[in-house]
Amino acid sequence: MAATLVSRKTDWTGIIFAAVLTLVIVFPLVVVGTWAFTNVWRYPSVIPQEFGLRFWNQTLARADVWSSISTSLTLAFTVTALSAAICLPAAYAFARLDFPGRNLLFFSFLAGHAFPKFGLLVAIAGIFLQLNLIGTFWGVVLIQLVGTLLFMIWIPVAAFQAVDRRMEEAARDVGASPFRVFWSITLPQAGPTIAAAILLSFVGTFYETEGAWLIGAPQVRTLPVLMISFINNQPVIQYGAVLSVLLWVPSFIALLFARKVVNSGSFARGFGG
Amino acid sequence: MSVLKIKDVSKIFPNGTTAVDSFSLDVADGELVCLLGPSGSGKSTLLRMVGGFETPTSGLMTIDGEDITRVPPEKRPTGMVFQSHALWTHMNVFKNLAFGLKLRKVPADEIKRRVEGVLELVGLGGYGTRSVTQLSGGQQQRVALARSLVLEPKILLLDEPFASLDQHLRERLREEVRDIQQRLKITTLFVTHGQDEALSMADRIVVMRDGKTEQIDRPDVVYREPQTPFVAGFIGTMNLIEGVVANGVFSKAGYSTPVPVSDGPVTLAIRPEAVDLTAASQNAHGKVHRVTDYGTHGLVDLELLDGTRMKAMVPHPDLFKPGQGVTLALRAVAAYRDGAVIYRTGVVTPVSHPALVDA
Repeated sequence: MAATLVSRKTDWTGIIFAAVLTLVIVFPLVVVGTWAFTNVWRYPSVIPQEFGLRFWNQTLARADVWSSISTSLTLAFTVTALSAAICLPAAYAFARLDFPGRNLLFFSFLAGHAFPKFGLLVAIAGIFLQLNLIGTFWGVVLIQLVGTLLFMIWIPVAAFQAVDRRMEEAARDVGASPFRVFWSITLPQAGPTIAAAILLSFVGTFYETEGAWLIGAPQVRTLPVLMISFINNQPVIQYGAVLSVLLWVPSFIALLFARKVVNSGSFARGFGG
Repeated sequence: MSVLKIKDVSKIFPNGTTAVDSFSLDVADGELVCLLGPSGSGKSTLLRMVGGFETPTSGLMTIDGEDITRVPPEKRPTGMVFQSHALWTHMNVFKNLAFGLKLRKVPADEIKRRVEGVLELVGLGGYGTRSVTQLSGGQQQRVALARSLVLEPKILLLDEPFASLDQHLRERLREEVRDIQQRLKITTLFVTHGQDEALSMADRIVVMRDGKTEQIDRPDVVYREPQTPFVAGFIGTMNLIEGVVANGVFSKAGYSTPVPVSDGPVTLAIRPEAVDLTAASQNAHGKVHRVTDYGTHGLVDLELLDGTRMKAMVPHPDLFKPGQGVTLALRAVAAYRDGAVIYRTGVVTPVSHPALVDA
C-alpha cells in the first residue's frame, strides 16, 4: 500500500533530471537537424528564413563525401570482423581457462582506456611511421582495433561466464562434442550479449575520429574526419550539419537492430550487471 | 539389461581434498541405488565420475563389462538429470528432447515419434512447442528427465533432481520417477541428501561419509539395523546416548539397562518408537520437556537427570505434560563401540511415521 502511494507522488527530482537531459541532448540535435535542412538562416531570426535541400544536393554531389562514406563503412566492417575473430576466442579463453598471467592480461585491455588517448595515439603513430603504416588503410584498421578491444573482450567474457556450465554438461551428456556444445549451447546462450558487443564496436569504430585522423589523414578520410575538416575549413555550417545527419544514420539503424536482439537483461549482464 | 560396476574408485582434487576414497559398488540390472550422505560426503562427485564429468584419480568403472573410466561423457551410455534441470533455454521443449537424437542422426519422423512418446510418459504430452522458461519447476524437471530417457541410456543418473522443488511436488515426482524407472527397468544411480527420498525410492541405499561407504543395504535394513553410529544418527530419528557399561549393565544419569558386552564406554542407540514412557512422580528417570502432537501419534522430548535429551514416541500425547516426571523402558537398543555395532536386541516393529523420517 505504502509503495503505491509513494510511486504515485510526483517525482520532481526525476522530472528536473529528465528536463535537463532533454535540453542538453535533444536541443543540440534539433539545432543540427534544422541546420541540415536550411537554405537561409540569418541572425536574429529564431527559425530559418528558408528551408530546403540545397546543401544536401551540394554535399552529396561531392566525390570526397561518397568515398569517405565507403571508407568508413569498409573500415567499420573490417575492424569489427577482425576484432570478433581475435577477441571472441580470447574472451572464451579468459572466461573458461586458467592460465598464468590471466588477470594481468585481462586488465591490460583497460590500459588503452586508462591513459589520455591522444598521447597513446601519438606514441603509436611514431611506431607506425617507422613501419610505413601512416596514411594506409591497414594502419587505420590497426589503430581502431585497439579501441574495440575493451568492449570485445570484457563484454563477451561476462557473457561466456554467465552461461550455466550445467547446460553445457547436459549437452555433453546427450552426446555433443565439445565443439558442438560451444556452437549449439554456449554461443546461442551468450549470443544476445555478444551481439551487443559487436554492435558497440561497429558503431564505435564508425565514429572513431582521432585515430583515423592521426594515422589515416590525408590519404584515408573517414566520414567523421571529413566532417571535422568541413567544420574547420568551410564557413558554411550546413555542410557539417548535413554530414552529422548522415553520420547519425548507422547508429540509428544499429539502435533499431539492438532493440530487436538485445533485451535489457542480457545487455546489462554483459557489463556484469 | 545393464550392470554398473565401480571398483576402488578414488578422486583427489588438485587442492588435495579426497572427495571419494576407494569406493566400490555394483548396481544390478534395473536396480535403483541411492547414494545418501551429508554435503561433502562425495556422493555428487561419485555420480559425476560415472557421468564422465570428473575423472577418477584411480580405480575402474565398467558398464556391462566395458571399461568407461576414461571415456568422455558424450560417448558414455549414461543419462544425467541435473539438480538445476539445466534445460537449454534457447530451445523449446521438443528441441531440448530432440537435440541428442539429432546428434545420433535419427530420422526426423522417428525423432518426432520418440519425443512425443517420452513426453507422454512423463505426463507432458502436447508440451513440445512450449518454451522451457514458461514451465513450472516440476514440469522443467520432467522435461529434464524426458531429455535423458528419450536417448534410452543404459544407466540413468539423477543428481538431487528434486532439491529445488517444494515438499508436495517432491513427493509426487519421486513416486512418478520410481514408477517410470520400474516400468522401463532402467538401472539408476540416484544422489540425495534427503533420507525420506532414499527410503521411499531406493532398492538399496549407500550411506556415504567423507568419500567412503558407511553401509550398503536395503532401506528397511539401513533403518532398522544401522551398522555404525553415523548411519544410526543419519537415518530417521535416533537417540544416541553416550555411557559406560560395567558388569553387563549400561548406566547413565541414574538410569540403567542390561547391555551384555565387555566393560567400557559405549554409545547406545534407541529409536523413539522403542522407548516406553510411563508417567511417574517418584523414582523418575527424567522429566518431560516438550510434547508434540502429530495427530497419529505424539513425540515427547524428555530430559534425563543429567540433562541428556531423548525423544520418545507415544500413542497418547495428552497423557504427558511438560515438567512431569517419567520412567522409561527400552524395548530395543543397539550398542556401538569404536564406530561398529557390538550388540543389538531384537528389532522393534516400527510404528514409524513420515514425520519422524523427514529430515
